[in-house]
Amino acid sequence: METVIPTPEIKNQRTAESAQPHIRVQNLNVHIGGQHILKDINIDIPNKKVTSIIGPSGCGKTTLLKTFNRLLDNSADVNIEGKVLLDGENIYDPRAEVTQIRKKMGLLSQKPFPLPMSIYDNVAYGPRIHGIRKKKELDELVERYLNAAGLWDEVKDRLHTSAAKLSIGQQQRLCLARGLAVEPEIILGDESTSALDPVSTHRIEELFLQLKEKYTIVLVTHILRQARRVSDYIIFVYMGRVIEFGPTEEVLLHPKEELTKEYVKGFIS
Amino acid sequence: MKKRKFKESVFKFLMLLATVIVVGSLFLIAGTVIYRGIPYISLDMVTQVPSGGFYIGKEGGVLNAIIGSLYVAGGASVIGIIISIPVVVYLNLYIKRDTLFANAVRMCFDVLFGIPSIVYGAFGFIIMIYFGLRASLLGGIIAVTLLIIPILIRTLDEIIKTVPSELRDTSFSLGATRWEAAKVVLRQIRPGILTALLLAFGRGVGDVASVMFTAGFSDNIPTSFHEPAATLPLAIFFQLSSPIEEVRGRAYAAALILTALVLMITVAAEFFTKKLSKNKI
Repeated sequence: METVIPTPEIKNQRTAESAQPHIRVQNLNVHIGGQHILKDINIDIPNKKVTSIIGPSGCGKTTLLKTFNRLLDNSADVNIEGKVLLDGENIYDPRAEVTQIRKKMGLLSQKPFPLPMSIYDNVAYGPRIHGIRKKKELDELVERYLNAAGLWDEVKDRLHTSAAKLSIGQQQRLCLARGLAVEPEIILGDESTSALDPVSTHRIEELFLQLKEKYTIVLVTHILRQARRVSDYIIFVYMGRVIEFGPTEEVLLHPKEELTKEYVKGFIS
Repeated sequence: MKKRKFKESVFKFLMLLATVIVVGSLFLIAGTVIYRGIPYISLDMVTQVPSGGFYIGKEGGVLNAIIGSLYVAGGASVIGIIISIPVVVYLNLYIKRDTLFANAVRMCFDVLFGIPSIVYGAFGFIIMIYFGLRASLLGGIIAVTLLIIPILIRTLDEIIKTVPSELRDTSFSLGATRWEAAKVVLRQIRPGILTALLLAFGRGVGDVASVMFTAGFSDNIPTSFHEPAATLPLAIFFQLSSPIEEVRGRAYAAALILTALVLMITVAAEFFTKKLSKNKI
């Protein structure tokens, strides 16, 4: 079993890397079906930190998240302008390989969507499509990432039963394990706990806190308390614009912008 | 208040009446076939091919037509599904779902769906003449394939729409190519594919007009694609027009066999659907 607690060397390396933004969004504009959904977005997502995107429903926060792994490509009537730089490379460059970009990011969606196969095959799915065939190697990966998602002990005796039989909370952790198994650099969470009960929510939040040692995490959430509990940075989006971006305490407790103040007050006072 | 209650009871009555008519006719049809067919059902009917005097009431059976029907409808279902799945995957996963092109293609299949089967038979016949083929098993399979492809495509298209787009996005976000994502979607709809196959098979096995000129008729079980093949609907058709009562009775027996065949396949499909649904989300 591999623990997610980093060794001291990694920690030093991490501080060095932290200075460099992991995702850099430049002049991003997104139109969907003629509507201007995201307007002039410019943000730097810090490396190996948890960054939460908050804002009222329909403000474009999920759309922003989906631009990071090019999931909008599949919808009709989408027009994307601007750049999203991942480790310095523009993912919207026509020469960019979309499957490789997506491999770098694990997405945890609102509701868990296990693939229609067994628990084992769910976790092994990513490694398999990326060319790992050896059973021993796959066995190791499955165990390692089910452990990382805190699910191994609950499912180790029924790895080959259907993933659909797990509880919703377990399914979400399975989806996390499946995402981690492709060995991404970034974890994207789209309101990942909104379908879960409080206990499962707590487990996922704890996992995020552990995982940020190794991964850059970007979360979309509409729960301010959650944003406060798990994130280092907060992006407040309103009507398709980034209103405020900064360290969690600063944005939530001492917002600079009037809009942020109103939004934060509306929820926590 | 009284008026509303009255309306309620009138509509309830009408709905019940419609249901009774539908279910009643089903039982009436099944009852007629069973009542008139049972006396002529024998082991010979299902194990023998027609002997020389079969059509004037002498011994023999319709094994040629049973096997022929299974070959024609089974072959057409297999070829049909092999052609339909790529079309549906392309329409739903490769091009954006609601584009003008996708909807134009869908409309084409709706039109094809409405074309009477005799037209497919005639079209198949023309193609066969063009290639210098005679009525044969292969010709029958081609005509029935053309007949059932629109059914397969339209059914699969509806089924694939019920798959949540998140499932597709899940595979994409793991770095899957479109085809790899399509395989996940196809896995999810495996039970639906079976249902579509069953519908198509049912339509194919019962159709007369498409096979009349293309598959022809033969008293022997075909041993190659180039030999003509008998089919149950044609066997019923020929025997039903006979003046001899014995032969007419056998037509009903053949109809009973055809019905039983479809019923057995439905039950089998139901069983496999359950098995395939095991991992479904």
